[in-house]
Amino acid sequence: MCYNIKCFIKFEKIYVVKVLVCINSVPDTTSKINFTDNKEYDSTNIQFVINPNDEFGLTRAIWLKEKQNATVDVINVGQSQSDKLLKKCLAIGADNAYRVNIEAINGEMVADEIINFIKSKNHYDLIIAGRESIDYNGGMVAGFIASKLNFPFVTNCVGLKIENNIAYLTREIDGGRENIKCNLPIVVGSQKGLVEESDLKIPNMRGIMLASKKEIKVLGPSKYVSSSKIIRFEKPSEKKEIKMISPDNLDELIDILQNKVKVI
Amino acid sequence: MSVLVFIETENGLLKKNFSQIASYGVALSKKLGVKCIAIAFNTDDCEKLSEFGITEFTVFNSGHKFFDCLNYVNIICNFLLENHCKILVTSSSADSKYIGPLIANKWDGHYAPNVVEIPSTDKNFVVKQSCYTNKAFSYTEIYKERIVIGVSNNSFMPVKEKSDCKVKFENLKDRIKTIEVLSVDKFTGRKTIADADIVVSGGRGLKGPENWYLIEDLAEVLGAATACSKPISDMGWRTHDEHVGQTGKPVSSKLYIAIGISGAIQHVAGIAKSKVKVVINNDPEAPFFKSADFGIVGDAFDVVPKLIQKLNEFKSSS
Repeated sequence: MCYNIKCFIKFEKIYVVKVLVCINSVPDTTSKINFTDNKEYDSTNIQFVINPNDEFGLTRAIWLKEKQNATVDVINVGQSQSDKLLKKCLAIGADNAYRVNIEAINGEMVADEIINFIKSKNHYDLIIAGRESIDYNGGMVAGFIASKLNFPFVTNCVGLKIENNIAYLTREIDGGRENIKCNLPIVVGSQKGLVEESDLKIPNMRGIMLASKKEIKVLGPSKYVSSSKIIRFEKPSEKKEIKMISPDNLDELIDILQNKVKVI
Repeated sequence: MSVLVFIETENGLLKKNFSQIASYGVALSKKLGVKCIAIAFNTDDCEKLSEFGITEFTVFNSGHKFFDCLNYVNIICNFLLENHCKILVTSSSADSKYIGPLIANKWDGHYAPNVVEIPSTDKNFVVKQSCYTNKAFSYTEIYKERIVIGVSNNSFMPVKEKSDCKVKFENLKDRIKTIEVLSVDKFTGRKTIADADIVVSGGRGLKGPENWYLIEDLAEVLGAATACSKPISDMGWRTHDEHVGQTGKPVSSKLYIAIGISGAIQHVAGIAKSKVKVVINNDPEAPFFKSADFGIVGDAFDVVPKLIQKLNEFKSSS
């Protein structure tokens, strides 16, 4: 009898995986992109959303919470406009939300702020950030965090399972997939495929109520000195007129493709 | 001081994009008045680089057939330091984008991906990068001494230039095994979107996955890769790796043929770097016609079989 109880207690002490998901706020994918004087991004009438690649990662993290009792924290580097996105993260199941209160100017800076947070806070076993943000497409936040913490890194991740502190991952490569095994802690670059689009969570009323009681913990920034600066933006030149071809005259299309633009 | 070019390999051969990356490195090294050297892993395919102006080529044998991220990062960082390099040129492939930030951080350099031109070096080092998924470009001034450049696919054309290229082989000692690649599943027998010169893509206008033979047959005559729009992969008609667009794969092929795709802004952004875009759609109001080069208003089930037949005739006559 005694032995049985001991067994039970041991079973209860299964290690809880601590997950941190990095959340970036980006213009909705349907947004037209404009700049003021080609210097600054014009956010008039733009709706900001959680970077899709981050959201795929967050959804997988919430899955780990639901199935394997993981804890999920989220962090954003940005100003108060991000709070509604962090509230959404809380409403779909994140345990704690943190925001480093400074405008995000580039990926390296975001990575630096997140590393400072991680070092000042607890240890995380799994850190997830989107493989790239859909605004600057820099793709460096996850890699920089991994490199600076000296954690292993797997990006373009389309499969993630954790068993006994070992991560089994699938990385999408050009023309295939790579199956990887790696001990925790690890940094993962998430993307579509890690969960399906239909798995993405929409906050329900209970979640929204719970989230409204939770506080977003706002942190002060560190003294980051940037090693680069965007000096201007440019929009692609206007497209020239389309040439329409009759469906009954496909020879013309083939002739153009072969002899004029020379692509076949 | 020199410019180092990271040449990717696959099954012992140089990947197709090697000439673009090498030529970019050579052009940049000339601008800086330094030499251009190259590094690769696990290959003996060493002749080709001498056609593109590279003067030194070092090949490391890692003793491991898969892409070995952390070991490659360590080797390249040491090599950059030993050879007093200032710039590392990589591509925009999945592997380059994987190791790029890791090398930049370890080597204390700046990482500049999606670069579309040779940087200007007049006053400061300024790179032009595509951003917002091809909806815009940014010019970034870089203050760090060391820079890792990721060259955007097909934005720099190869320039042939004979050179005397010294080849050196080295072996990797003390391999780290933190990240263990267990296996690789390759999609055999089909072209990949990343490598293909021509991409044929289908959308909801095809009505169902059973009609995908139209896309596949057309792709086959053209030697093209197949792709699809977001709803198609969301509905499970095709796998995710074929989804092109803002949250899917970018396409920068020479020719992109879109069939039955209306042209949502996210899709158009994802394929914006393709050189020639042909749109086939039965709705003359489809927004895709606004950003295409050539358009056909017609039913895919009627136009595509005819096009396949014509292309077959054209192929057998040429």
